[in-house]
Amino acid sequence: METIIVLILIPLVIALALLFVRRDVARGPVVFIGAAATAALSVVLAIQQGIWSGATANMLWAGATESSEIAGYVMMGIEAALAVAIFILGVKYKKALACILVAVQCPLLIWFELTKGHEIEVKNNIGIDQFSLIMVLIIGIIGTLICVYAVAYMKDFQHHLEGGPDRRWWFFFLLFIFLSAMFGIVLSNNLIYMYFFWEITTLCSFFLIGYTKTDEAVRNSFRALIMNLLGGLAFVLAIVLLGTTMDTLEIDRLIQMGVETKAQLQAGMLQDPSQYYVINAVVMLLCFAGITKAAQMPFNSWLLGAMVAPTPTSALLHSSTMVKAGVFLIVKLSPLLGVQGILSINEPGFMVMMVGGITFLLASFAAVTQSNAKRVLAYSTIANLGLIVACAGIGTAEGVWAATMLIIFHAVTKSLLFLSVGTAEHNIGSRDIEDMDGLFGRLPRLAVFMIIGIAGMFLAPFGMLVSKWAALQSFVDAGGIWVVLMIVFGSAVTLFYWGKWLGKLTAIVANRQNIQDKVHGEEWFVLTGHIVLVILISLSFPLFSGNVIVPFIKNVFAGMSDAAATALSSSEMVIMVVLVCVILVLPLLFYGRTRKRIVPLYMGGANEGDNLTFRGAMEKDVPVSLRNWYMEGVFGEKLMNRIGLISTCIIFALSFSFVAFIALNMFRYFQEGGAV
Amino acid sequence: MTVSLYAVIGLVAYLIAGPFVGCLLAGVDRRITARMQGRFGPPILQPFYDVRKLMEKEPVTVNSGQDFYILCFFIFVIITGGMFFFGCNLLLVIFALTTANLFLVVGAYSSNSPYSQIGAERELLQMMAYEPMVLLTAVGLYMTTGSFNIGDIVSGVGLAGGAIPLKYLIGIFAGYLFILTIKFRKSPFDLSLSHHAHQELVKGVTTEFSGRTLALIEVAHWYENVFLLGFIFLFFQNGTWYMALVGVAAALACYFLEVFIDNAFARMKWQFTLKASWLVTITFGAANLILLYYIKILII
Repeated sequence: METIIVLILIPLVIALALLFVRRDVARGPVVFIGAAATAALSVVLAIQQGIWSGATANMLWAGATESSEIAGYVMMGIEAALAVAIFILGVKYKKALACILVAVQCPLLIWFELTKGHEIEVKNNIGIDQFSLIMVLIIGIIGTLICVYAVAYMKDFQHHLEGGPDRRWWFFFLLFIFLSAMFGIVLSNNLIYMYFFWEITTLCSFFLIGYTKTDEAVRNSFRALIMNLLGGLAFVLAIVLLGTTMDTLEIDRLIQMGVETKAQLQAGMLQDPSQYYVINAVVMLLCFAGITKAAQMPFNSWLLGAMVAPTPTSALLHSSTMVKAGVFLIVKLSPLLGVQGILSINEPGFMVMMVGGITFLLASFAAVTQSNAKRVLAYSTIANLGLIVACAGIGTAEGVWAATMLIIFHAVTKSLLFLSVGTAEHNIGSRDIEDMDGLFGRLPRLAVFMIIGIAGMFLAPFGMLVSKWAALQSFVDAGGIWVVLMIVFGSAVTLFYWGKWLGKLTAIVANRQNIQDKVHGEEWFVLTGHIVLVILISLSFPLFSGNVIVPFIKNVFAGMSDAAATALSSSEMVIMVVLVCVILVLPLLFYGRTRKRIVPLYMGGANEGDNLTFRGAMEKDVPVSLRNWYMEGVFGEKLMNRIGLISTCIIFALSFSFVAFIALNMFRYFQEGGAV
Repeated sequence: MTVSLYAVIGLVAYLIAGPFVGCLLAGVDRRITARMQGRFGPPILQPFYDVRKLMEKEPVTVNSGQDFYILCFFIFVIITGGMFFFGCNLLLVIFALTTANLFLVVGAYSSNSPYSQIGAERELLQMMAYEPMVLLTAVGLYMTTGSFNIGDIVSGVGLAGGAIPLKYLIGIFAGYLFILTIKFRKSPFDLSLSHHAHQELVKGVTTEFSGRTLALIEVAHWYENVFLLGFIFLFFQNGTWYMALVGVAAALACYFLEVFIDNAFARMKWQFTLKASWLVTITFGAANLILLYYIKILII
């Protein structure tokens, strides 16, 4: 219990300290020590709570009544203050929608807390299971690595501003607050607590995206804010609905009740239909909040807009925080989702699965047309989150297994890729993939890191592919045939857009100067750390599955055997690990060892001998220029977003109106005095 | 993991006989093609002679990196085929094949030559075009036999009354045949690398490879072709020996069908390749699966 409080408080204290430490010399050590302490503590917490032994069934803490009451009032106070701040900012920048959203949800929640909410007895404010510990490790390790990286990166960033105002203290303050709030989200059992931290992450990302204060940054930050506030509103509605009808605010109670009613429904003897539909509505609202935060279509544009922020922000938002909070909540609710045949469709499950599947497909399509490396990464994040969301939506043990694996692998690999692109950008002056040809000659080590990251995103035998395979398997098993179709097309396209980037990186272009020495030591440290993590996880994931994920799943889905809890059999996982070893050993043995005579390329016209120019038809030297292929006409970004907007809105409308329809009928039925 | 005798025999047979069968198929292909064009054609063993000659060429390369990728391509093609004939998980086999092909693409990219880069891009396009259908083939076999495991699929335990998977998967079979044309690099879909001379891309992905490296690519393709025909074989299995023979005969028949198609069509544009294969995947593959799924639900 104490460790948990300390874990949330340490980043907070460091953040406050960073408000006052404004010199480069001092900031570095403070960030470094803060990061190390946070990372160490998250590992300690994970070990203490028995992440590996499987002892963590579902630990819950009540906390002293008085202190939790005080905590409640403090949170309420901060929420109110922040709401006022947003309102003022909204007025200042003339963003009416942000003002309205904040003016609706904050008073609503405070009203609820002071009236009905006050009477509800909350047994356990804090809860831990293996899944939240996995999240703690991701936030604690990847998140802090990104903070360390930011120290060096922001030096360069400030340098490029050429005397612009130095607001880095604010930047680092936000980073650590973000980590603290993320720990809060994954460790809360009380939904009001979770909502508090949820809103803090929304605000942090708002300020981080708007960090540079350019017009574009302000515009995009407000877009992110408004979309996430919309999710926040759904969250508040869920709290109010749950509190007023079920007299509870605890997520574990919600899941327990939901599982019970679901079992009753499947057995064909639903005792209290109204309870089932209320729970469905609550789950749907919470999933909607998760969908906005996880940047699923049609809310994907806020994550793309977040590109304007300095790269560590993107790395943080995409890998270990923010969007992961969204999928965390949805995966947590997964036992209440699911599609059982065509006759008894579970509405929230249908909504989550379809939105996830559509997002995966369309975001993958859109990624093909992008040449800006960060935008490719962004679309790939959106797509992968779609896959995670869809996996959670089927509500089976296999689906949760695949989703958890995806979360882990995606966090590490995506962070690695963002940071590599950041370093490349600062050293070659561009984040365009077209400018990365010959990176192998200019920044060889970075190119290798990027290649490992990209291979990790889509190739067998690395992690993401393992999870994608598991996802496909679980959809086939659960009968999600439509999502299977989305996955097969989506993953074919994934192959194309990563493949052409990989090709650009591996191309060996003549006469490139090695500029590797200019990269900061801290950046190498963090990047190398990521590489070690990627390889370590790829090699050890079967152990991780058996000792951490399977116990978690058996805890959530009662009566599940070990074999049924994993989407892949243990022998298949072993084969993958063996293949990883093969792929790691091959380059060490064979790369670059040739005794052959090196000859010039074939260029149609006569190669001038430098592999960069050839003699053209008019007896003139023509420089060779090679460009990649973007297929704008087939996979146009605008078109994909439009299709996504329309199709996901139809799904939302269908699911919500269905629930509303049922609820209305129930209401009428009870009014007429009928008994079920 | 229990290893069955059949699995070991399958693996060893593939590793040893694979390239011979692949080589013979290539030789027969050239002979038939020649006859269709009114020529006499080379000896059946011509592909083997070609490879032998390549081995004797002077070892040259355009940079020190690209041979490595081709070596990886070769190794992964063998691993993929090996896993297939050993009876592993079908999805795993498909993903491993993707990795293998990607090594070839990266090898072509790494030379930074205009022709091979365009070839590599087209190769990626082709992979994107056929991948959904290949995955749906695996899903279809799973839905009928209840297993992704090739060993189980061949044993025929999943299907009642000695039925063969083809009975339920005619659409998927047709779709697979369609994309097989792409995989065999036959017209009208031989965009990235054609066996025929006189084309705009010189030799596409393989433009910058020569000598032993090119020989390695050739042998890898022999291995790959045999394994691709293995998919056809799976459609006919119910665990009896005579259906195994029928499976082999069907695989050979499909191969000759592909040779015929190769000679009957001119090359199409990439847009057509992509659109046609996805359209076929949806109208044959996906429709077949959806039908199967809903029929299953209604029966149960």
